[in-house]
This record gives sequence, structure tokens and C-alpha cells, in this order.
Amino acid sequence: MKVDEIKNGIVIDHIKAGQGMDIYHFLGLDKLDCNIAIIKNAYSKTMTRKDIIKVDTSLNVDLSVLGYIDPDLTVNIIENGKIVKKFHPELPYEVIDVVKCKNPRCITSTEQELSHIFRLTDKENRVYRCIYCETKAK
Amino acid sequence: MRHLIGIEDLTNEEIDNLIATAEDIIANPDKYAEVCKRKKLATLFYEPSTRTRLSFESAMIELGGSVIGFSEAQSSSAAKGESVADTAKVISCFADIMVMRHFKEGAPMVASLNSTIPVINAGDGGHNHPTQTLTDLLTIKREKGRLDNLVVGLCGDLKFGRTVHSLISAMARYKNVKFVLISPDELKIPDYIKHDVLERNGIEYIETASLEDAMPNIDILYMTRVQRERFFNEQDYIRLKDSYILTPEKLDNAKSDLAILHPLPRVNEISVAIDKDPRACYFRQVLNGKYIRMALIKFLLEAKNEG
Repeated sequence: MKVDEIKNGIVIDHIKAGQGMDIYHFLGLDKLDCNIAIIKNAYSKTMTRKDIIKVDTSLNVDLSVLGYIDPDLTVNIIENGKIVKKFHPELPYEVIDVVKCKNPRCITSTEQELSHIFRLTDKENRVYRCIYCETKAK
Repeated sequence: MRHLIGIEDLTNEEIDNLIATAEDIIANPDKYAEVCKRKKLATLFYEPSTRTRLSFESAMIELGGSVIGFSEAQSSSAAKGESVADTAKVISCFADIMVMRHFKEGAPMVASLNSTIPVINAGDGGHNHPTQTLTDLLTIKREKGRLDNLVVGLCGDLKFGRTVHSLISAMARYKNVKFVLISPDELKIPDYIKHDVLERNGIEYIETASLEDAMPNIDILYMTRVQRERFFNEQDYIRLKDSYILTPEKLDNAKSDLAILHPLPRVNEISVAIDKDPRACYFRQVLNGKYIRMALIKFLLEAKNEG
């Protein structure tokens, strides 16, 4: 399978196999009209199978959500066909409307148009809790 | 704008100042009789409450202010489907400070994010109840003369008991406080309190199912009610409601200066025979609740004026 190299854009690599489509939606990539390649179940020496996303445009999106999904994946920023920056996303302090609070007693279950906001409370164990009821994100 | 949503909204110094103010109010009530003159407190009680609501109302009246509000969701716009956010915006137009009790966890926080006046959380579901915690702290201070170097036994419903969660978070700030957590397996303290508050701060605690075993070592015994409204299943409630009943016999091994606290209402978890024991503090605790709420209302209104 051949996927064209990109000139300016990002490559998200080392995505756990099966999570590629989730990331595609979380980042709102479905709303872009540029070339986007999602490679599923690609061979990986370290992970056996992985997903990869290639976006052929300079993105102006908040990548912090990637840290919530998987801080071990790799983000490559491409400019003029070369990797100019490569990093693992950090755990974001807060994620908004990425995960829903499952506590039926939480105000988010009834309040109109209230965002589901989770904050990092335990960095070591990657624990996020609902800011309203403190229920752990699953 | 300052609000009180959880006890963590207050620094140690602020808690100590509130306790000092409450003690000064007790000693010199006349000094505070007009502190809130022409100010209005709105009480938004979406869930039944006698003690907390009347305590807030008494507090505001004794500060020279007045009170508006509702005491059940059915007599408010919530019955028509109004959101908490909208209610908070509307009440901000009428009152100087608001108190909210709500059956949904986090509702007072939503109110605070949409309000232009201070919001006090008077209990949100099984989550937080910070003014009960301030009441408990004032009671412990007045009964024991200190808030450090204590062994605190918490007994009963430690899973849904919001007063317990807030009290642990508050007492954990003081030096050399140890906890004995006494409950049946089904009503154990939630993991997030154990991990985020106790273990992370290196605070000593033990979990036990036996009130008798715990009794000889504790300075404070905080009893709680197993609350029917926190259960989805009536059968679970009936099975567990009589788990821990404090009787005079169970106090045989207790310290002579033990302080017995209870957020009330009591159902049957403390025998009425114990009411005469000088170690029973729970009715003095109710009175302390009014004084600490007076101190809190004064503090938040002053902070609002300064801000």
C-alpha cells in the first residue's frame, strides 16, 4: 500500500491499533477537506500493530486531547517534506466534551448544554475526574 | 467572587479565621447584630432539609439581614424545567448571597459559574457539604480545644455520607490526625478519598467493621445515618440501616473525654439514652452550625465588597 508523502502537515504515529478513528473524530479531522490518510493495523516493531494518521495540511487544532487519549503516541510536524518537530503529547490539565460523566447523580446528566469537563487529578496514574461530581473518567 | 462549593475552597488560615469569628460571635452576639443589615440571603433548597435551611435562615436573621427562597423543587421554576444556570442568574438579580442544596452532584458549582453573587453549597447529592464540615470543625475545636493531634473515628455510611468526605478532607490538613474508618463492606469510604486525600498526604488510617474494637483509641466519634435516599435499591437500605447503633454499653471502653458528633437527623443509630452523656455533642453541634454560618456569610459578603 502506498500513501503519498506529505509536504506540510502532521503525522500521528504509534497510535494503539483500533484508536485511529477515535482520534480522527476527537480532533475534528472529519471537518477538514484536505488529504487525510488513516492507516489501520500497520506493522510495528515495538507495538506489533499500530494505527497512523497523516494530515496533509498545517493544522490549527488543539492537540492536547491526544495526551488524554494516549500520551505514548508520537506527533510529527512536517514542513517542506521534513520532520521539524517530534514529540509525545503531554497529559492535558483539562479535557472538555471528550469523555462523558457516567455518574447518574451528576448535574451533567440533566443540565441543558453543560459541557462535560474532566481535570487531571493524579498525573502518575493518569486519573481524570469530573469537575462537578469528582467521578473518575473511564 | 468567592464561593464555597467544597471545603478545599478555603485555606487553612481562612478556616481558622472563620472559627475565630464564630467564637467571637458566640461571646459577643450584639457586635454582629447589624452586620448584614439590608442584605438578602436566598435559600434554594431543591431537596428537603430542616436543620441546614433553618440554620442558614437563623444565621442571616441574627446578622440583621433577611431571607428569601424556596424549600422544595416543586415550588420553584425547576418544576418547569429551568436549568440551574438560569436560576443562578435570576437569583443574582434579587439577593446578595445564595445558598443551594441540590440532589444533583455539582449543581452548586454550576450555579457559582453563572452567578454574580456568592454561592454556598448546602449539600449536593452524596458529594460535598462544606458548611456541615465547618460546623464539625468548630464543634471539635470547642469540645477538644484543638484540631490537631486527634484520632477521629468515622462510623456508619462512609460511602454516600457527604459530611464524612468533607470532614476527612478538612481534618487531613491538621497535624497528626489519624482516622479510623468504621463501616460495613458495602458502605466503605470511596477510593478517591482514600487515594487522593489520605494516602497521597501520608495520613494514617485504618478500616474496620467493628465499632467496639475501634472505641478505646478514638478521641472523636463521628456517627452517620445510613440514608434511604442514597440507595437505588430499598432492600439494600433495609439490610444495612441498623449496621451500627451506638448504645451506652458500647461506650464502656471509650475515653472519658470522647466527643460524639452526628450531623443529624438521627434515625436510630444513637440510642436516646446517650443524649444525657456529657460526651454527646450533637445538639451543641447544631447550635455551632448557626454560628459558623454567620461567620461564613459575613466573610463571603465582605470578600464580595472587597472584590
